[in-house]
Amino acid sequence: MSFDVGKIRGEFPILATQVGKKPLVYLDNAATTQKPQEVIDVLDDYYAETNANIHRGVHHLAEKATEAYEQARREVGQFINASSENEIVFVRGTTEGINLIANSFGNKFIQEGDEVIISTMEHHANIVPWQLFCEASGAVLRVIPVTDSGELEMSAFNDLLSERTKLVSVVHASNSLGTINPVKEIIEKAHAAGAKVLLDGAQAVGHFPVDVQDLDCDFYVFSGHKLFSATGIGVVYGKYALLESMPPYQGGGDMISRVSFGGTTYKEPPGRFEAGTPHISGAIALAASIRYLEKQDRTALLAYEHELLDYATESLSEIEGLKIYGTAPEKVSLVSFTMEGTHPHDVATVLDADGIAVRAGHHCTQPLLQRFGIPATARASFAFYNTREEIDKLARSLAKIQVLFA
Amino acid sequence: MSDLTQLYQDIILGHNKRPRNYGSLDEFTGKVEKNNPLCGDEVTVYWKIKNDQISEITFTAQGCAISRASASIMTDLLVGKTIEEANIVFEKLRLYLSEEPPEGSSMECLGDLVAFSGVRDYPSRVKCAVLPWIAFLES
Repeated sequence: MSFDVGKIRGEFPILATQVGKKPLVYLDNAATTQKPQEVIDVLDDYYAETNANIHRGVHHLAEKATEAYEQARREVGQFINASSENEIVFVRGTTEGINLIANSFGNKFIQEGDEVIISTMEHHANIVPWQLFCEASGAVLRVIPVTDSGELEMSAFNDLLSERTKLVSVVHASNSLGTINPVKEIIEKAHAAGAKVLLDGAQAVGHFPVDVQDLDCDFYVFSGHKLFSATGIGVVYGKYALLESMPPYQGGGDMISRVSFGGTTYKEPPGRFEAGTPHISGAIALAASIRYLEKQDRTALLAYEHELLDYATESLSEIEGLKIYGTAPEKVSLVSFTMEGTHPHDVATVLDADGIAVRAGHHCTQPLLQRFGIPATARASFAFYNTREEIDKLARSLAKIQVLFA
Repeated sequence: MSDLTQLYQDIILGHNKRPRNYGSLDEFTGKVEKNNPLCGDEVTVYWKIKNDQISEITFTAQGCAISRASASIMTDLLVGKTIEEANIVFEKLRLYLSEEPPEGSSMECLGDLVAFSGVRDYPSRVKCAVLPWIAFLES
Protein backbone atom coordinates (compact mmCIF):
# COMPACT_ATOMS: atom_id res chain seq x y z
CA MET A 1 0.00 0.00 0.00
CA SER A 2 1.57 3.25 -1.06
CA PHE A 3 -0.36 5.42 1.32
CA ASP A 4 -1.00 5.48 5.02
CA VAL A 5 -4.65 4.85 5.84
CA GLY A 6 -4.00 5.66 9.52
CA LYS A 7 -2.77 9.13 8.59
CA ILE A 8 -5.74 9.66 6.27
CA ARG A 9 -8.20 8.59 8.97
CA GLY A 10 -6.68 11.17 11.29
CA GLU A 11 -7.61 13.86 8.80
CA PHE A 12 -11.34 13.04 9.07
CA PRO A 13 -12.35 14.01 12.62
CA ILE A 14 -15.76 12.30 12.54
CA LEU A 15 -14.11 8.90 12.12
CA ALA A 16 -13.10 9.07 15.80
CA THR A 17 -16.79 9.00 16.82
CA GLN A 18 -17.94 6.37 19.30
CA VAL A 19 -21.36 4.81 18.73
CA GLY A 20 -22.42 3.72 22.19
CA LYS A 21 -19.17 2.15 23.35
CA LYS A 22 -18.05 1.08 19.91
CA PRO A 23 -15.95 2.94 17.38
CA LEU A 24 -17.88 4.18 14.38
CA VAL A 25 -17.47 2.05 11.26
CA TYR A 26 -18.74 4.32 8.52
CA LEU A 27 -19.76 2.29 5.47
CA ASP A 28 -22.41 4.62 4.05
CA ASN A 29 -20.17 6.61 1.74
CA ALA A 30 -22.44 6.26 -1.28
CA ALA A 31 -25.06 8.22 0.68
CA THR A 32 -22.62 10.89 1.72
CA THR A 33 -18.91 11.01 2.41
CA GLN A 34 -17.23 12.40 5.50
CA LYS A 35 -15.24 15.62 5.40
CA PRO A 36 -11.53 16.17 6.04
CA GLN A 37 -10.55 18.81 8.62
CA GLU A 38 -9.15 20.99 5.79
CA VAL A 39 -12.60 21.28 4.24
CA ILE A 40 -14.27 21.95 7.60
CA ASP A 41 -11.67 24.68 8.24
CA VAL A 42 -12.36 26.31 4.88
CA LEU A 43 -16.07 26.50 5.70
CA ASP A 44 -15.28 27.96 9.12
CA ASP A 45 -12.77 30.45 7.77
CA TYR A 46 -15.11 31.61 5.05
CA TYR A 47 -17.70 32.77 7.57
CA ALA A 48 -15.07 34.12 9.97
CA GLU A 49 -13.03 36.01 7.38
CA THR A 50 -14.60 36.31 3.93
CA ASN A 51 -18.40 36.26 4.07
CA ALA A 52 -20.08 38.73 1.70
CA ASN A 53 -22.42 38.51 -1.24
CA ILE A 54 -20.76 38.02 -4.58
CA HIS A 55 -20.78 39.68 -8.03
CA ARG A 56 -22.37 42.90 -6.84
CA GLY A 57 -20.39 44.63 -4.13
CA VAL A 58 -17.42 46.92 -4.56
CA HIS A 59 -16.23 46.60 -1.01
CA HIS A 60 -13.26 44.57 0.13
CA LEU A 61 -15.14 41.50 1.40
CA ALA A 62 -17.43 41.33 -1.61
CA GLU A 63 -14.42 41.23 -3.90
CA LYS A 64 -12.68 38.67 -1.75
CA ALA A 65 -15.76 36.40 -1.69
CA THR A 66 -16.32 36.81 -5.44
CA GLU A 67 -12.71 35.92 -6.17
CA ALA A 68 -12.87 32.84 -3.93
CA TYR A 69 -16.13 31.70 -5.57
CA GLU A 70 -14.79 32.17 -9.10
CA GLN A 71 -11.50 30.54 -8.14
CA ALA A 72 -13.56 27.54 -6.97
CA ARG A 73 -15.19 27.43 -10.39
CA ARG A 74 -11.76 27.34 -12.05
CA GLU A 75 -10.60 24.53 -9.77
CA VAL A 76 -13.73 22.48 -10.39
CA GLY A 77 -13.27 22.99 -14.13
CA GLN A 78 -9.66 21.77 -13.94
CA PHE A 79 -10.68 18.82 -11.76
CA ILE A 80 -12.87 17.34 -14.50
CA ASN A 81 -10.76 18.84 -17.31
CA ALA A 82 -13.43 21.18 -18.68
CA SER A 83 -12.05 23.35 -21.50
CA SER A 84 -13.11 26.49 -19.63
CA GLU A 85 -14.41 27.44 -16.19
CA ASN A 86 -17.41 28.94 -17.97
CA GLU A 87 -18.62 25.41 -18.56
CA ILE A 88 -19.11 24.96 -14.79
CA VAL A 89 -22.49 25.87 -13.31
CA PHE A 90 -22.92 25.67 -9.55
CA VAL A 91 -26.21 24.14 -8.42
CA ARG A 92 -27.49 22.53 -5.22
CA GLY A 93 -26.55 19.02 -6.22
CA THR A 94 -26.92 16.29 -8.82
CA THR A 95 -30.71 16.36 -8.54
CA GLU A 96 -30.98 20.06 -9.26
CA GLY A 97 -28.44 19.67 -12.03
CA ILE A 98 -30.55 17.10 -13.85
CA ASN A 99 -33.68 19.19 -13.33
CA LEU A 100 -31.85 22.17 -14.80
CA ILE A 101 -30.96 20.22 -17.94
CA ALA A 102 -34.43 18.67 -18.26
CA ASN A 103 -36.03 22.09 -18.04
CA SER A 104 -33.61 24.21 -20.00
CA PHE A 105 -32.13 21.87 -22.60
CA GLY A 106 -35.27 19.73 -22.67
CA ASN A 107 -37.71 22.55 -23.27
CA LYS A 108 -35.60 24.04 -26.00
CA PHE A 109 -34.41 20.98 -27.89
CA ILE A 110 -36.76 18.06 -27.18
CA GLN A 111 -40.21 18.12 -28.77
CA GLU A 112 -43.29 15.97 -28.75
CA GLY A 113 -42.50 12.53 -30.16
CA ASP A 114 -38.76 12.89 -29.55
CA GLU A 115 -37.14 10.35 -27.25
CA VAL A 116 -35.02 10.46 -24.13
CA ILE A 117 -33.14 7.29 -23.17
CA ILE A 118 -32.33 6.48 -19.55
CA SER A 119 -31.65 3.10 -17.93
CA THR A 120 -33.22 0.78 -15.39
CA MET A 121 -30.36 1.42 -12.96
CA GLU A 122 -30.94 5.16 -12.67
CA HIS A 123 -31.36 6.91 -9.35
CA HIS A 124 -34.81 8.46 -9.00
CA ALA A 125 -33.06 11.80 -9.62
CA ASN A 126 -32.40 10.69 -13.19
CA ILE A 127 -35.88 9.22 -13.70
CA VAL A 128 -38.46 11.56 -12.22
CA PRO A 129 -37.26 14.81 -13.89
CA TRP A 130 -37.55 13.03 -17.27
CA GLN A 131 -40.97 11.62 -16.42
CA LEU A 132 -42.14 15.12 -15.53
CA PHE A 133 -40.55 16.52 -18.66
CA CYS A 134 -42.02 13.85 -20.94
CA GLU A 135 -45.46 14.26 -19.43
CA ALA A 136 -45.39 17.99 -20.08
CA SER A 137 -43.76 17.88 -23.53
CA GLY A 138 -45.14 14.72 -25.09
CA ALA A 139 -41.62 13.34 -25.49
CA VAL A 140 -41.16 9.60 -24.94
CA LEU A 141 -38.98 8.02 -22.25
CA ARG A 142 -37.08 4.85 -23.26
CA VAL A 143 -35.32 2.63 -20.78
CA ILE A 144 -32.19 0.48 -21.27
CA PRO A 145 -32.67 -2.83 -19.43
CA VAL A 146 -30.15 -4.30 -17.01
CA THR A 147 -28.64 -7.82 -17.01
CA ASP A 148 -28.59 -10.22 -14.06
CA SER A 149 -25.06 -9.13 -13.18
CA GLY A 150 -26.24 -5.51 -13.07
CA GLU A 151 -24.85 -4.24 -16.37
CA LEU A 152 -26.58 -2.29 -19.11
CA GLU A 153 -27.87 -4.43 -21.97
CA MET A 154 -25.90 -2.70 -24.67
CA SER A 155 -27.58 -4.51 -27.54
CA ALA A 156 -30.91 -3.18 -26.30
CA PHE A 157 -29.37 0.29 -26.11
CA ASN A 158 -28.32 0.00 -29.76
CA ASP A 159 -31.87 -0.93 -30.67
CA LEU A 160 -33.36 1.96 -28.71
CA LEU A 161 -31.17 4.57 -30.39
CA SER A 162 -32.78 6.23 -33.39
CA GLU A 163 -33.10 9.57 -35.10
CA ARG A 164 -35.85 10.33 -32.57
CA THR A 165 -33.34 10.10 -29.69
CA LYS A 166 -32.44 13.59 -28.52
CA LEU A 167 -30.75 12.78 -25.22
CA VAL A 168 -29.22 9.79 -23.47
CA SER A 169 -29.01 10.30 -19.71
CA VAL A 170 -27.29 7.54 -17.77
CA VAL A 171 -25.49 7.02 -14.53
CA HIS A 172 -21.68 6.81 -14.70
CA ALA A 173 -21.47 4.53 -11.64
CA SER A 174 -24.55 2.97 -10.04
CA ASN A 175 -25.28 3.95 -6.43
CA SER A 176 -27.20 0.72 -5.88
CA LEU A 177 -25.02 -1.89 -7.58
CA GLY A 178 -21.67 -0.15 -8.03
CA THR A 179 -21.55 -0.92 -11.77
CA ILE A 180 -19.36 1.43 -13.79
CA ASN A 181 -21.07 1.83 -17.13
CA PRO A 182 -19.29 1.81 -20.53
CA VAL A 183 -19.98 5.51 -20.94
CA LYS A 184 -17.46 6.13 -23.73
CA GLU A 185 -19.18 3.58 -25.92
CA ILE A 186 -22.58 5.05 -25.02
CA ILE A 187 -21.40 8.55 -25.89
CA GLU A 188 -19.91 7.52 -29.22
CA LYS A 189 -23.02 5.68 -30.26
CA ALA A 190 -25.38 8.40 -29.06
CA HIS A 191 -23.39 11.06 -30.91
CA ALA A 192 -23.43 8.96 -34.05
CA ALA A 193 -27.22 8.92 -33.77
CA GLY A 194 -27.26 12.70 -33.29
CA ALA A 195 -28.17 12.62 -29.59
CA LYS A 196 -26.57 14.47 -26.68
CA VAL A 197 -25.39 12.66 -23.55
CA LEU A 198 -25.77 13.54 -19.89
CA LEU A 199 -23.81 11.56 -17.31
CA ASP A 200 -24.87 11.37 -13.66
CA GLY A 201 -21.47 11.34 -11.99
CA ALA A 202 -22.62 11.48 -8.35
CA GLN A 203 -21.02 8.12 -7.51
CA ALA A 204 -18.08 8.45 -9.87
CA VAL A 205 -16.11 11.61 -9.06
CA GLY A 206 -15.33 10.59 -5.48
CA HIS A 207 -13.77 7.34 -6.63
CA PHE A 208 -11.91 7.86 -9.90
CA PRO A 209 -10.67 10.72 -12.08
CA VAL A 210 -13.13 12.02 -14.65
CA ASP A 211 -12.07 13.83 -17.82
CA VAL A 212 -15.09 15.34 -19.56
CA GLN A 213 -13.16 16.19 -22.72
CA ASP A 214 -11.81 12.69 -23.06
CA LEU A 215 -15.30 11.28 -22.46
CA ASP A 216 -16.76 13.84 -24.85
CA CYS A 217 -20.00 13.93 -22.84
CA ASP A 218 -22.26 16.92 -23.38
CA PHE A 219 -23.31 17.28 -19.74
CA TYR A 220 -21.85 15.91 -16.52
CA VAL A 221 -23.43 16.44 -13.09
CA PHE A 222 -22.26 15.65 -9.56
CA SER A 223 -22.69 16.62 -5.91
CA GLY A 224 -20.16 18.09 -3.52
CA HIS A 225 -21.23 16.12 -0.48
CA LYS A 226 -20.32 12.81 -2.10
CA LEU A 227 -16.93 14.31 -2.87
CA PHE A 228 -15.89 14.94 0.76
CA SER A 229 -17.39 18.43 0.73
CA ALA A 230 -20.49 20.26 1.93
CA THR A 231 -24.11 19.39 1.21
CA GLY A 232 -26.11 21.81 -0.92
CA ILE A 233 -23.45 22.35 -3.59
CA GLY A 234 -23.21 20.53 -6.89
CA VAL A 235 -22.02 21.01 -10.43
CA VAL A 236 -23.41 20.97 -13.92
CA TYR A 237 -20.74 20.74 -16.56
CA GLY A 238 -21.99 21.52 -20.05
CA LYS A 239 -20.15 22.09 -23.31
CA TYR A 240 -20.04 25.84 -23.69
CA ALA A 241 -21.76 26.06 -27.07
CA LEU A 242 -24.58 23.99 -25.67
CA LEU A 243 -24.96 26.07 -22.51
CA GLU A 244 -24.91 29.19 -24.67
CA SER A 245 -27.85 27.89 -26.70
CA MET A 246 -29.95 27.11 -23.61
CA PRO A 247 -32.48 29.40 -21.91
CA PRO A 248 -32.28 30.17 -18.17
CA TYR A 249 -33.55 27.58 -15.69
CA GLN A 250 -34.62 29.92 -12.91
CA GLY A 251 -35.09 33.65 -13.08
CA GLY A 252 -33.86 36.09 -10.50
CA GLY A 253 -30.97 38.25 -9.45
CA ASP A 254 -27.42 37.76 -10.71
CA MET A 255 -28.46 35.87 -13.87
CA ILE A 256 -29.48 38.88 -15.90
CA SER A 257 -27.66 41.25 -18.13
CA ARG A 258 -30.36 43.93 -18.00
CA VAL A 259 -33.92 43.90 -16.71
CA SER A 260 -36.69 46.06 -18.07
CA PHE A 261 -40.41 45.63 -18.52
CA GLY A 262 -39.83 45.92 -22.24
CA GLY A 263 -37.69 42.79 -22.15
CA THR A 264 -34.94 41.25 -20.06
CA THR A 265 -31.62 39.96 -21.31
CA TYR A 266 -29.56 37.29 -19.63
CA LYS A 267 -25.93 36.82 -18.76
CA GLU A 268 -23.71 34.49 -20.71
CA PRO A 269 -23.18 31.05 -19.17
CA PRO A 270 -22.55 30.09 -16.47
CA GLY A 271 -24.09 33.17 -14.80
CA ARG A 272 -27.32 32.69 -16.74
CA PHE A 273 -27.98 29.51 -14.79
CA GLU A 274 -27.16 30.81 -11.32
CA ALA A 275 -30.14 32.89 -10.22
CA GLY A 276 -30.02 34.29 -6.72
CA THR A 277 -27.26 34.12 -4.13
CA PRO A 278 -25.55 30.75 -4.58
CA HIS A 279 -24.04 28.47 -1.94
CA ILE A 280 -20.82 30.50 -1.89
CA SER A 281 -19.18 28.72 1.04
CA GLY A 282 -20.20 25.37 -0.44
CA ALA A 283 -18.48 26.12 -3.74
CA ILE A 284 -15.34 27.21 -1.91
CA ALA A 285 -15.46 24.07 0.25
CA LEU A 286 -15.88 21.95 -2.88
CA ALA A 287 -12.68 23.43 -4.27
CA ALA A 288 -11.01 22.61 -0.94
CA SER A 289 -12.07 18.97 -1.08
CA ILE A 290 -10.79 18.79 -4.66
CA ARG A 291 -7.44 20.19 -3.50
CA TYR A 292 -7.43 17.59 -0.74
CA LEU A 293 -8.03 14.79 -3.25
CA GLU A 294 -5.49 16.10 -5.75
CA LYS A 295 -2.83 16.09 -3.03
CA GLN A 296 -3.25 12.34 -2.68
CA ASP A 297 -1.86 9.73 -5.01
CA ARG A 298 -5.21 9.07 -6.66
CA THR A 299 -4.01 5.93 -8.42
CA ALA A 300 -3.04 4.52 -5.03
CA LEU A 301 -6.38 5.55 -3.51
CA LEU A 302 -8.26 3.82 -6.27
CA ALA A 303 -6.13 0.67 -6.00
CA TYR A 304 -6.73 0.62 -2.25
CA GLU A 305 -10.49 1.03 -2.70
CA HIS A 306 -10.45 -1.88 -5.12
CA GLU A 307 -8.62 -3.98 -2.58
CA LEU A 308 -11.33 -3.14 -0.05
CA LEU A 309 -14.03 -4.03 -2.57
CA ASP A 310 -12.43 -7.37 -3.40
CA TYR A 311 -11.89 -8.16 0.27
CA ALA A 312 -15.49 -7.24 1.19
CA THR A 313 -16.91 -9.21 -1.73
CA GLU A 314 -14.90 -12.24 -0.66
CA SER A 315 -15.68 -11.95 3.06
CA LEU A 316 -19.40 -11.36 2.56
CA SER A 317 -19.74 -14.14 -0.01
CA GLU A 318 -18.72 -16.61 2.68
CA ILE A 319 -21.70 -15.71 4.87
CA GLU A 320 -24.53 -18.19 4.58
CA GLY A 321 -27.73 -16.85 3.08
CA LEU A 322 -26.08 -13.63 1.91
CA LYS A 323 -26.61 -12.68 -1.72
CA ILE A 324 -24.72 -9.88 -3.46
CA TYR A 325 -26.50 -7.81 -6.09
CA GLY A 326 -24.28 -6.21 -8.72
CA THR A 327 -21.45 -8.42 -9.88
CA ALA A 328 -20.20 -6.46 -12.87
CA PRO A 329 -16.44 -6.69 -13.46
CA GLU A 330 -16.13 -2.89 -13.31
CA LYS A 331 -17.48 -1.56 -10.02
CA VAL A 332 -16.94 1.29 -7.59
CA SER A 333 -16.30 0.10 -4.07
CA LEU A 334 -19.71 -0.84 -2.72
CA VAL A 335 -21.50 -4.08 -1.98
CA SER A 336 -25.29 -4.34 -2.08
CA PHE A 337 -26.75 -7.48 -0.52
CA THR A 338 -29.69 -9.26 1.03
CA MET A 339 -29.76 -11.89 3.76
CA GLU A 340 -32.15 -14.78 3.62
CA GLY A 341 -34.91 -14.50 6.20
CA THR A 342 -33.89 -11.06 7.41
CA HIS A 343 -35.10 -7.76 6.04
CA PRO A 344 -32.36 -5.25 5.15
CA HIS A 345 -33.68 -2.81 7.77
CA ASP A 346 -33.20 -5.37 10.47
CA VAL A 347 -29.72 -6.05 9.09
CA ALA A 348 -28.92 -2.33 9.32
CA THR A 349 -30.26 -2.11 12.88
CA VAL A 350 -28.16 -5.07 14.03
CA LEU A 351 -25.08 -3.52 12.40
CA ASP A 352 -25.83 -0.15 13.99
CA ALA A 353 -25.76 -1.79 17.41
CA ASP A 354 -22.13 -2.63 16.59
CA GLY A 355 -21.40 0.93 15.48
CA ILE A 356 -21.52 0.02 11.80
CA ALA A 357 -23.34 2.48 9.51
CA VAL A 358 -24.77 1.04 6.29
CA ARG A 359 -27.76 2.00 4.21
CA ALA A 360 -30.82 -0.22 3.94
CA GLY A 361 -33.73 0.35 1.59
CA HIS A 362 -34.28 0.93 -2.09
CA HIS A 363 -31.50 3.52 -2.43
CA CYS A 364 -33.81 5.67 -4.57
CA THR A 365 -33.62 3.03 -7.30
CA GLN A 366 -36.99 1.32 -7.01
CA PRO A 367 -37.28 0.30 -10.70
CA LEU A 368 -33.86 -1.37 -10.47
CA LEU A 369 -34.79 -3.38 -7.37
CA GLN A 370 -38.12 -4.30 -8.97
CA ARG A 371 -36.11 -5.68 -11.87
CA PHE A 372 -34.30 -7.95 -9.39
CA GLY A 373 -37.59 -8.80 -7.65
CA ILE A 374 -36.58 -7.42 -4.27
CA PRO A 375 -37.94 -4.46 -2.27
CA ALA A 376 -34.66 -3.48 -0.65
CA THR A 377 -31.02 -4.29 -0.05
CA ALA A 378 -28.44 -3.45 2.57
CA ARG A 379 -25.48 -1.58 1.12
CA ALA A 380 -21.97 -1.21 2.46
CA SER A 381 -20.14 1.49 0.52
CA PHE A 382 -16.48 2.27 1.02
CA ALA A 383 -14.13 5.23 0.81
CA PHE A 384 -10.34 5.29 0.95
CA TYR A 385 -10.46 5.90 4.71
CA ASN A 386 -12.08 2.53 5.40
CA THR A 387 -10.00 -0.46 6.43
CA ARG A 388 -9.91 -4.24 6.15
CA GLU A 389 -10.45 -4.42 9.92
CA GLU A 390 -13.74 -2.57 9.44
CA ILE A 391 -14.80 -5.10 6.82
CA ASP A 392 -13.92 -7.88 9.28
CA LYS A 393 -16.20 -6.21 11.84
CA LEU A 394 -18.96 -6.00 9.25
CA ALA A 395 -18.63 -9.70 8.43
CA ARG A 396 -18.61 -10.70 12.12
CA SER A 397 -21.67 -8.60 12.83
CA LEU A 398 -23.51 -10.04 9.82
CA ALA A 399 -22.74 -13.57 11.01
CA LYS A 400 -24.61 -12.76 14.26
CA ILE A 401 -27.78 -12.05 12.29
CA GLN A 402 -28.12 -15.69 11.38
CA VAL A 403 -28.27 -16.50 15.08
CA LEU A 404 -30.60 -13.69 16.11
CA PHE A 405 -33.20 -14.23 13.40
CA ALA A 406 -32.91 -18.02 13.19
CA MET B 1 -26.31 -7.53 22.13
CA SER B 2 -28.37 -6.43 25.16
CA ASP B 3 -29.79 -3.45 23.28
CA LEU B 4 -30.73 -5.60 20.35
CA THR B 5 -32.54 -8.19 22.41
CA GLN B 6 -34.57 -5.33 23.87
CA LEU B 7 -35.63 -4.34 20.36
CA TYR B 8 -35.94 -7.81 18.90
CA GLN B 9 -37.76 -9.47 21.76
CA ASP B 10 -38.67 -13.12 21.27
CA ILE B 11 -42.34 -12.25 20.78
CA ILE B 12 -41.40 -10.00 17.84
CA LEU B 13 -39.01 -12.52 16.32
CA GLY B 14 -41.67 -15.23 16.67
CA HIS B 15 -44.37 -13.18 14.94
CA ASN B 16 -41.87 -12.21 12.22
CA LYS B 17 -40.99 -15.81 11.50
CA ARG B 18 -44.50 -17.25 11.85
CA PRO B 19 -46.92 -14.38 11.31
CA ARG B 20 -50.57 -14.90 12.25
CA ASN B 21 -53.35 -14.29 9.74
CA TYR B 22 -50.88 -13.98 6.89
CA GLY B 23 -52.35 -14.01 3.39
CA SER B 24 -55.16 -12.45 1.42
CA LEU B 25 -58.92 -12.89 1.92
CA ASP B 26 -61.00 -14.19 -0.96
CA GLU B 27 -63.93 -12.12 0.19
CA PHE B 28 -63.46 -8.87 2.01
CA THR B 29 -65.26 -5.64 2.71
CA GLY B 30 -62.06 -3.65 2.77
CA LYS B 31 -58.49 -3.86 1.45
CA VAL B 32 -55.71 -1.30 1.58
CA GLU B 33 -52.11 -1.20 0.45
CA LYS B 34 -49.71 1.09 2.22
CA ASN B 35 -46.03 1.68 1.71
CA ASN B 36 -43.39 3.58 3.56
CA PRO B 37 -41.88 5.84 0.89
CA LEU B 38 -38.68 6.15 2.90
CA CYS B 39 -37.81 2.48 2.72
CA GLY B 40 -40.23 1.00 0.22
CA ASP B 41 -41.75 -1.41 2.72
CA GLU B 42 -45.24 -2.51 1.80
CA VAL B 43 -48.14 -3.94 3.73
CA THR B 44 -51.59 -4.95 2.48
CA VAL B 45 -54.42 -5.42 4.96
CA TYR B 46 -57.66 -7.27 4.11
CA TRP B 47 -60.71 -7.22 6.36
CA LYS B 48 -64.35 -8.14 6.67
CA ILE B 49 -66.72 -6.09 8.84
CA LYS B 50 -70.01 -7.64 9.99
CA ASN B 51 -72.47 -5.78 12.21
CA ASP B 52 -69.84 -3.08 12.89
CA GLN B 53 -67.39 -5.69 14.12
CA ILE B 54 -64.16 -6.78 12.46
CA SER B 55 -64.94 -10.42 11.77
CA GLU B 56 -61.78 -11.24 9.82
CA ILE B 57 -58.52 -9.41 9.21
CA THR B 58 -55.38 -10.62 7.42
CA PHE B 59 -52.28 -9.10 5.88
CA THR B 60 -49.40 -9.60 3.48
CA ALA B 61 -46.17 -7.64 3.82
CA GLN B 62 -42.75 -7.01 2.40
CA GLY B 63 -41.08 -5.45 5.35
CA CYS B 64 -38.85 -5.67 8.35
CA ALA B 65 -39.38 -7.79 11.47
CA ILE B 66 -40.88 -4.84 13.34
CA SER B 67 -43.57 -4.05 10.79
CA ARG B 68 -44.40 -7.73 10.13
CA ALA B 69 -44.70 -8.52 13.83
CA SER B 70 -46.83 -5.44 14.39
CA ALA B 71 -49.17 -6.46 11.56
CA SER B 72 -49.35 -10.02 12.85
CA ILE B 73 -50.25 -8.90 16.38
CA MET B 74 -52.67 -6.28 15.05
CA THR B 75 -54.68 -8.87 13.12
CA ASP B 76 -54.74 -11.09 16.20
CA LEU B 77 -55.88 -8.31 18.52
CA LEU B 78 -58.54 -6.67 16.39
CA VAL B 79 -60.80 -9.60 15.54
CA GLY B 80 -64.19 -9.01 17.21
CA LYS B 81 -63.50 -5.32 17.82
CA THR B 82 -65.26 -2.33 16.30
CA ILE B 83 -63.27 0.28 14.36
CA GLU B 84 -63.70 2.61 17.32
CA GLU B 85 -62.20 0.06 19.67
CA ALA B 86 -59.40 -0.58 17.20
CA ASN B 87 -58.59 3.13 17.17
CA ILE B 88 -58.36 3.13 20.95
CA VAL B 89 -55.79 0.30 20.83
CA PHE B 90 -53.82 2.18 18.16
CA GLU B 91 -53.79 5.34 20.29
CA LYS B 92 -52.49 3.29 23.22
CA LEU B 93 -49.81 1.81 20.97
CA ARG B 94 -48.69 5.23 19.73
CA LEU B 95 -48.40 6.46 23.28
CA TYR B 96 -46.60 3.29 24.33
CA LEU B 97 -44.07 3.77 21.49
CA SER B 98 -43.37 7.36 22.50
CA GLU B 99 -42.93 7.03 26.26
CA GLU B 100 -42.77 4.51 29.03
CA PRO B 101 -46.23 4.05 30.59
CA PRO B 102 -46.65 5.24 34.19
CA GLU B 103 -46.11 2.48 36.74
CA GLY B 104 -49.17 0.43 37.49
CA SER B 105 -51.03 1.36 34.30
CA SER B 106 -52.70 -1.53 32.56
CA MET B 107 -51.28 -2.53 29.22
CA GLU B 108 -53.61 -5.47 28.86
CA CYS B 109 -55.31 -4.20 25.74
CA LEU B 110 -51.94 -4.11 23.94
CA GLY B 111 -51.46 -7.86 24.26
CA ASP B 112 -48.22 -8.99 22.58
CA LEU B 113 -47.60 -5.36 21.54
CA VAL B 114 -45.93 -4.81 24.91
CA ALA B 115 -42.91 -6.43 23.24
CA PHE B 116 -42.49 -3.19 21.26
CA SER B 117 -41.13 -1.32 24.30
CA GLY B 118 -37.62 -1.52 22.82
CA VAL B 119 -38.70 0.34 19.67
CA ARG B 120 -38.86 3.55 21.76
CA ASP B 121 -35.06 3.71 21.62
CA TYR B 122 -35.07 3.53 17.81
CA PRO B 123 -37.06 6.55 16.60
CA SER B 124 -36.53 5.64 12.95
CA ARG B 125 -38.19 2.26 13.56
CA VAL B 126 -41.38 3.62 15.17
CA LYS B 127 -42.64 4.18 11.62
CA CYS B 128 -42.21 0.47 10.93
CA ALA B 129 -44.25 -0.44 14.01
CA VAL B 130 -47.19 1.80 13.12
CA LEU B 131 -47.23 1.19 9.35
CA PRO B 132 -49.86 -1.62 9.35
CA TRP B 133 -52.04 0.30 11.81
CA ILE B 134 -51.94 3.43 9.71
CA ALA B 135 -52.73 1.32 6.65
CA PHE B 136 -55.81 -0.15 8.28
CA LEU B 137 -57.14 2.72 10.37
CA GLU B 138 -56.22 5.81 8.36
CA SER B 139 -57.27 4.46 4.99
